[in-house]
Amino acid sequence: MSIRVLFFLLLSLTFYGCSSTEEVQDDASVVDQGRTMGEETDSQAYGAGEADRQGMSALDDPNSPLAKRIIYFEYDSSEILPEYRATVEAHAAYLAANQSVVITLEGHADERGSREYNLALGERRAESVSRQMSLLGASGSQFRVVSYGEERPAVDGHDDYAWSQNRRVEIIYR
Amino acid sequence: MFKKYIYTLFLIFIFTLFFSKLAYAIEIIIDKGVEKPIPVAIVPFGWSQAANLPPVDIAQVISNDLIRSGRFSAMEEKDMPQRPTDFDGVNFRDWRLLGMENLLIGNLAQNNQGDYDVEFRLIDVYKEKQIAGFRIPSTQVQLRRTAHEISDIIYEKLIGIRGAFATRIVYVTVNKNPDGTKRFALQVSDADGYNPQILLESNEPIMSPAWSPDGRSLAYVSFEEKNSAVYIQDIQSGARQKVASNRGINSAPGWSPDGSRLALTLSKDGNPEIYIFHIASRTLSRITENAAIDTEPVWSGDGKMLAFTSDRGGNPQIYEVPVEGGQPRRISFNGTYNAGPEYSPDSKTIAVINGDRGAYRIGLLNRATGQVTILTGSRQDESPSFAPNGHMIIYTTTGARGNALAAISVDGSVHQRLALQDGEVREPAWGPFMNR
Repeated sequence: MSIRVLFFLLLSLTFYGCSSTEEVQDDASVVDQGRTMGEETDSQAYGAGEADRQGMSALDDPNSPLAKRIIYFEYDSSEILPEYRATVEAHAAYLAANQSVVITLEGHADERGSREYNLALGERRAESVSRQMSLLGASGSQFRVVSYGEERPAVDGHDDYAWSQNRRVEIIYR
Repeated sequence: MFKKYIYTLFLIFIFTLFFSKLAYAIEIIIDKGVEKPIPVAIVPFGWSQAANLPPVDIAQVISNDLIRSGRFSAMEEKDMPQRPTDFDGVNFRDWRLLGMENLLIGNLAQNNQGDYDVEFRLIDVYKEKQIAGFRIPSTQVQLRRTAHEISDIIYEKLIGIRGAFATRIVYVTVNKNPDGTKRFALQVSDADGYNPQILLESNEPIMSPAWSPDGRSLAYVSFEEKNSAVYIQDIQSGARQKVASNRGINSAPGWSPDGSRLALTLSKDGNPEIYIFHIASRTLSRITENAAIDTEPVWSGDGKMLAFTSDRGGNPQIYEVPVEGGQPRRISFNGTYNAGPEYSPDSKTIAVINGDRGAYRIGLLNRATGQVTILTGSRQDESPSFAPNGHMIIYTTTGARGNALAAISVDGSVHQRLALQDGEVREPAWGPFMNR
């Protein structure tokens, strides 16, 4: 790789770094305005590569609502609790604005009861998130839903705390 | 009394550690046995070559089997008044004075081909009569199995039901890799935990192993392709075929009694439904159609019904449906949570995980009355599996140290812990009787 190409890459990185600052504000309004913001972003004629790179910087911002990637559930329930609505909405708006982005929704359950039933429950939770995001403008082809049931706990304990951490859907961007 | 057994088993454990490089993976400890165990004396077998030790201490294997069943008390060798190896050598009066009712004697001999003959006699001391006597040809690798077969016969003659010692179990172990991630392994071993054999190892979860009715294959779920998929694997050769790897859940394999079909849970059409997979033609027929979760199908012994878990009524309960399809009928009503059905060998009862006020226990659902009898007493018990004689249920129990195996008799009188040497172990499934 020549020095010139490296220099050019560094320059573009700096440029994208700047635009990410704006992106934060955009995302804040995405949460408030829902669809509208998504459509606006959509209408900007980014090349696929540019959109992705812009996206990555928004996704990497720890202050963005997109930084929240886990939605927790109550026992034997796939209902999205009010405190996670903002997270779901932010990701839905981001997906609506970036139609080429595909995410994995990984459903999990706590360890109690039957493993097979928990596998089904994990899927139901992930489907519940996918359905909500679709209603908010993301397209069905942007989701890969996979359930691990109780097989991949986030916390290796056998108490209420561990169980509360393990009943979850993880939103995974590749 | 049981302390003594544990001590003996501990000594065996230490011995095994030093001398046979861990021949077994699981140690069986009796927590509770029947109130009046049947006394037996298993006399050390005669051996044709005095110069060498026999390859397997047959009497010791039998003795351990019977003790661990919780239904027998075996006399220690040092307490035996004599060590006869044939009927004529038995001094009945000496044994009677010690209150010993049942005596097993036998001989192990190596033939010219290097194989073995095991002959034994089970004797009723009070009647001075032989109850059973056989000669079983065996080989070096088969000798432990032959000993288990003798235990099966003793069990049948003295208790009335064929023993399930000469069977195997399958289970999933979980250990930590050096980097802290988990390592999953699917393993089979003899029912006493000896001869463990790894069938599959993976950094992704392995679930729901199920024995084919002939005991030669296993169906299971593996996440090795980053989603659940169902496989069938031949135990002897290791050859395997992928049965289902659709979008969504591919899980819960349950064999038909004739071994030609697998009931499965697939969510490829939107949500988890029960299907039947015809192994030879690789075709699917759909059994359930419902917006709720339908999963964990298992086949009744006569092959006519499937039992499964569904939350169509609001919370998970057991339903039955004819294998050709039809309207499922709810059959469990005790408690807010019944799942993980497993037919008993006579199909009169179904073992379930019964959840009640935060505790999950193994229960027995009577198909005729709908009543559930709770068998276990921990907070988190699951994955029940019947021994092929229906006497014991092996299951997973979860405590502070994670998943471990335990077994309980269907009448609750015997309880065993099956301790793994390290790591966690779960999802046991007890294999069928094997014909020789």
